[in-house]
Parts: sequence; C-alpha cells; structure tokens
Amino acid sequence: MLAGHARRRRTAGALAVLLTATLALAGCGSKTGQNTAAAGASVDTSGDTVKVGLLNSLSGTMAISEVTVRDAILLAVEEINAAGGVLGKKIEPIGEDGASDWPTFAEKAEKLIKENGVAAVFGCWTSASRKAVKPVFEANKSLLFYPVQYEGLEQSPYIFYTGATTNQQIVPGLDYLKSQGKTSVYLVGSDYVFPRTANKIIKAYAQANGMTVLGEDYAPLGSTEFGTIVNKVKAAKAAAVFNTLNGDSNVAFFKEYKSAGLTAASTPVVSVSIAEEEVKSIGTQYLADQLTAWNYYQTTPGAANEKFVAAYKAKYGADKPTSDPMEAAYVSVHLWKAMVEKAGSFDVEKVKAAADGVTYEAPEGLVTVDGATQHIHKTARIGKVDASGLITEVWNSGGPLKPDPYLKGYPWATGLS
Amino acid sequence: MTATVTRDPAAPPATPRRRVVVSGPARAAIGFASGALLLFALAPSALSDFRLSLLAKYLCLAMVAVGIGLAWGRGGLLTLGQGVFFGLGGYAMAMHMKLADAGPGELPDFMALYGQLDALPWWWRPFASPWFALPATVLLPMLVAFLLGSLVFRRRVRGAYFAILSQALAAALVIFLIGQQGTTGGTNGLTDFQGFFGYDLDDPVNQRMVYFIVAGGLLLLLALARQLMHSRYGELLVAVRDGEERVRFLGHNPATVKLVAYVVAAGMAGLAGALFVPAVGIINPALIGVVPSIEFVVGVAVGGRAVLLGPVLGAVAVAWARTSLSEEFPAAWTYLQGLLFVLVVAFLPGGLASLPALARRLRRTPRQEVGT
Repeated sequence: MLAGHARRRRTAGALAVLLTATLALAGCGSKTGQNTAAAGASVDTSGDTVKVGLLNSLSGTMAISEVTVRDAILLAVEEINAAGGVLGKKIEPIGEDGASDWPTFAEKAEKLIKENGVAAVFGCWTSASRKAVKPVFEANKSLLFYPVQYEGLEQSPYIFYTGATTNQQIVPGLDYLKSQGKTSVYLVGSDYVFPRTANKIIKAYAQANGMTVLGEDYAPLGSTEFGTIVNKVKAAKAAAVFNTLNGDSNVAFFKEYKSAGLTAASTPVVSVSIAEEEVKSIGTQYLADQLTAWNYYQTTPGAANEKFVAAYKAKYGADKPTSDPMEAAYVSVHLWKAMVEKAGSFDVEKVKAAADGVTYEAPEGLVTVDGATQHIHKTARIGKVDASGLITEVWNSGGPLKPDPYLKGYPWATGLS
Repeated sequence: MTATVTRDPAAPPATPRRRVVVSGPARAAIGFASGALLLFALAPSALSDFRLSLLAKYLCLAMVAVGIGLAWGRGGLLTLGQGVFFGLGGYAMAMHMKLADAGPGELPDFMALYGQLDALPWWWRPFASPWFALPATVLLPMLVAFLLGSLVFRRRVRGAYFAILSQALAAALVIFLIGQQGTTGGTNGLTDFQGFFGYDLDDPVNQRMVYFIVAGGLLLLLALARQLMHSRYGELLVAVRDGEERVRFLGHNPATVKLVAYVVAAGMAGLAGALFVPAVGIINPALIGVVPSIEFVVGVAVGGRAVLLGPVLGAVAVAWARTSLSEEFPAAWTYLQGLLFVLVVAFLPGGLASLPALARRLRRTPRQEVGT
C-alpha cells in the first residue's frame, strides 16, 4: 500500500487541475443582458435555391398523421417550384425526422436553422413538440409554420399558426351543441396538454352558457381500454360528448361506445382530432353521423379545393383523403411565399413585418394573416361523418373568424390565461 | 458472465501501447490527460456551436452510462430504470431554473397556463434556492435509490426481478408527471429556459460554458468510477457479481456492496440529468420513461459494460449514430440503428471497447504464421 499514498496524491492533483480548467473555461460566459453575440438565424440565400425545413415525425406514434402533413407540404413546394419559385429561387426542402420525440424536434430544428440556414421550417404536430421547439426558434430568430389546430393561449413572435386556435374550432363546436339544445356534456380526452387545456376552456364556456359538465376523463396516449369511461358516460346520461382523444385511442373508444348502445342520434360525440384520415382507420360503421369540428373537409366546395384534392390524389394515390391539418400545412407554404414576396426578402424580420393582411385563396376559402397574433382568419365548420367515410359540412361560421388565441373577446374566458 | 471480464480495465483504448512497462496509475493519468485534451481543446476548436451543443448532450448521456457501467458491468445489477434518477436530477434543476426565470414570488409560465394555481405548491418552494436545488439534483436520486435498494437487496431480489422493479419505477414516475400537468408541465415537461444562474442561455458563449461544465463533470465521474473500480470495494463488487453466495460466506454483506454501487450510479444519473437541462434546454417524461431507460443500457452494452471507458464510448457512439443516421436517412434511420445494435451484439459481444483487443489478436495471428 506504499504506492497508495502517491496514487492518491496524484489523483487529487489531476482533479484539482481538472476543476480549475473547467472553472476557468466556464467562467468566460457572459451574464444576462450582455448578449453581444446577437444570435440570429442567417438565412442561406447564396445559391439559386432557398432552403426550407420540413420537421415532421416519420417514425413513432405520430408518424401516421405527420407523414400526410409532410406530403401536403411537398405538394405545395412542388407547385411553387413549377410556377418559378419564390423571388426567382427554387425551394429546396430539407426533411428531418422528429421521431415523435419532443427533444428530438428541438435538436432537429436547431440543426435546420444553424447547419442548413433554412428560411423557414414547416411542421410539428403535437403541442408538446411545438413547446419544445419554441425556445429554439425564438433564440435563433427563425420562423416556424405550425399547421395543426391547438389549445391556444400561445403567441410566439417566431411562430405562424395556420391551424385553428380555440375560438375557431372548440368554441364553435360548443356553440353548435348549444344551438342543438344540448345542455350537458361529458369530456373525454387523451392525457396530454391539448385535451387538458381544451377541457379547461370547455368548462369555463359551460359555466357561462348554462351547460353542465357531467364528467371529465383522461386516457393515457395510446390507451385502448375504454370500458369504464364509456360506462361512466352512459351512466351520466350526458346529452353529448366532447372528444379530444388522439390517435389509436379513438378506435377503441368508438367501438366501445357503439357496443354500449350509445348512438349519434341519442348522444352525439363532437371530435376535434378526427379528420378524414382517422375516419378511415377507425371505421365508418363506428363513426356514422358523429360530429367533427374543423375548418376544412375534403368535401368543402370551391375551385381551390377541387384543384388541391385533384393534385394531391394525382401525386399520392386516388385512395388518399385530404384533411384539415394537411390543408393547413399546404396553405402555410403558400402563405410564406406570399409574405416573402410582399417583403421582397427572405429576411425573417422583414417577412414578419410584411405578414399582416397577406391573403391566400386556400382550399378552405380565403385566409388572411393576422399580423398581431400571427394566426390566420379561418372559417369554422362542423361536419358529420357520412357512410362513405368522408365528412360533410352541417354548419359553418358564415365567414372567416378572427383568431383570438387568448380568448380575449369572450368574457367567460377571463382568468384562463 | 466471467467471460466478459477484462482483467485490465484501466487501459483506456486511447493510450498507445508501448513495450515500456507503464504502471497502472500512470497509464490512467495519461488516459485522463488525453481525454481532457480531447474534450477541452480539440472538440471545441473542431466543432461548430451546434455540434458542440450536441456533444454536450451526448456527454450527459455518457455520464449516466458511467454509472450503469459500475452497477451493471461491475456489479451485475441490470439497472433498467436509470431514467428515474436522470429525471429526478433533471427536474430538480429545471424547477430551479424555471423559478429563477419567473423571479421571486412569481409562478413559472406553464403553471399559470395549465395549473390555475394561486400559489406555488409546497414541494416546489425549496427549489427556488440554489443551495437546495443543486445538491438535490444528486442527493434526491441517491436517496430514492437508497430507499429502493435497501428494500430489494436485503430481500435478495435480483436478476430479472430487480430489472422489472426498476422499470416499474420509471413507468410510475412518468404517469405521475403526466397526470400532474398543472404542477409538472405534463407531457410538455419543463422547457423554455431563459437563464442559467444569471447567464443567458441563448448566448452561444454561454452554451460553450455549459459544454465545458458537462465535459468536466464527465471526467470527474470517470475518475470517481476508476477509483471505485480499483479499490478494495471494486474487487468486492466484482466478487458479488460473480459469486454472491461465496462473498456472503466470506463474511461480507452483498446487499450493502450492491447498494453502494446502485446509489452511486443513481447520483451519477442525477448529475447527468441536471446538466442535461441547461445543455439541451428541455426535460420531459419522454426522456425518463421505460424506453429511454432501456436505451441507456443499450448504449452501455454497445460500448462494453465491464470496462471503464466502454459505457462512455457506447453512449456517445449510439447517440451520435442516432443523430447522423437520422440526418442522412430521415425515413429509414430507425431500421439502420436496429441493424447496428444487432451487429454489435452478435459479432462484438464485448462491445466497442473490445475492438482494440480484437485488432491486436488479429494482428498477432498472421505474424505468428510468418515466424514459423
């Protein structure tokens, strides 16, 4: 053990050196407010193309939905390139896989911005992935176009929200139920941020509008065990169900719902995450006549939609339906192009400054960017699932609704944010 | 199991082998110095800011791996639930950073959004103080490991049962965090941090600072692991792994021996989680559940679990492969990653760390043929 002392002394010495080196190197940081490096995205416009990032989950649980969004984005890119590109530059899409894993989304977003110098990123689906990338886009002053309906209560200066916020989807859904004389609802949702926040809003609405919330249940994402929840819905004798379940869980829920003897005629279900693609996988027989709340359906009338549906089917196959998030993603690329052209530059700050009032004749109808909130004016539509698996509109808001992410225009919503 | 024991675990692959006999501690010092050179001088000058921040993330995962190398590689404890300790450390740090961002007396942003709370929950309050939060990142995981460990090891729960128990703990923690969205951030986890002890995290200079702290932390843990492995305790740990009953008959208590390795590994995972938060900017249930816990172990298996540097190599290699494969082949990378695991496990059971030895063996064989 003679060598032991020497060894211990040497180790202690090495550790002291290490500690000093770490502290010395780490001590070079700059305190808050002294940020001199002015981190900012530098859009790479050197070549004859301009790069944009596509950030969707191509693997994992969300892939089934997010792949269709990427397909729609690529369709828009193809159309724009065929028409000559943006400001004379062809768009070069760079795809990354978010892998249904929120920290991966943040990593890939940073890669697209810093390593590829993209002018904008299109993608993300779940609120968790958006929350994970939000600080990345804000720190690098780069743009994200987020194409999915969400729970509102957010307004990042570097995100454009082209899906519906709550006053364009959930509130109209509740208004519709109220107009149908439904005075009680049961809330069923997946256990994550969107359903929990949406239900908070629904409860506030119900309280102010003489509706009773008879129950509120959450199932873990991917859960297929709905016997208990459906029994509770039945026992509560609710007039309607507001469904914020996501993905596979819907299949199990609607099967259980039907076998419990509940029907669209007796107790309609309003779903906010079931679009044409999901109807196909759940099965029309379980969903017949159930309600959905969105801003776009494949059946939405208009020349712009006919063109979009035809182009999509020509590119990806006649059996592929189009849906709301796909349409919103498709629209987001066209809106970005319009903003860039209005700004006359790819510079992020200039694009943001030019955004207000930019319009696009979208498949869902005319959409207008609201510069203050960076959301878009959208028409709310309630639809009914028909026997062919498509959704037909039964009600719409008559025109585009101004986005109100913090529900400031609704007295009952004070205290929510 | 004995087949995978390398009797000379101190030799880091980076050290060139010479004819001159170099003593163990000296070799370790050389390895340590070259590691420090690589991490502190070479990497920062060769990598862009973005790649360096990725390396910081990999090194955090490597810190967890060092602990698993000790507990599993040396102690035979299949710790399939290290995500719990990583998560406890990460959340402790993240809670402090969230509170520091919010300012004294204010609620963190997400709490006002989802929680509809008027006041900070009692269990958040102590984390406002760095004097509580910083030690807690390491001590809290160690405490949990101590409680669980003293329960199961004394009852002689081992092998698959121990692994299942650690997994269950990881699953339970995830369910708790998701369910308590108002106070934990739910599936979103805790993200959107502005500052790190007064330093602006958006500033590239400070991101570099975080990297240096992570690199220093990893070297520190490696030194600690090496000292443990070479001590009498280290010998005892291997003995418990290879013949627990014999050790018991010799008058030692295997439960205590295992408990120490388990608690130390938990502390290392906690420190890793705490540094992961400023390095990556997010901690959420997806990072600490069953799947990431298994991925930690996979990384260690790929690297070689019984050697000091094996787990570090494995964790960094797997994370790096994940990033670069997914960048090159966004649509097919998961298959490639799976293929890589199969290949390593099938053809290199000793992990990446056994490559130098394998190369030496291959080199020696032809030379012998020439000689005779």
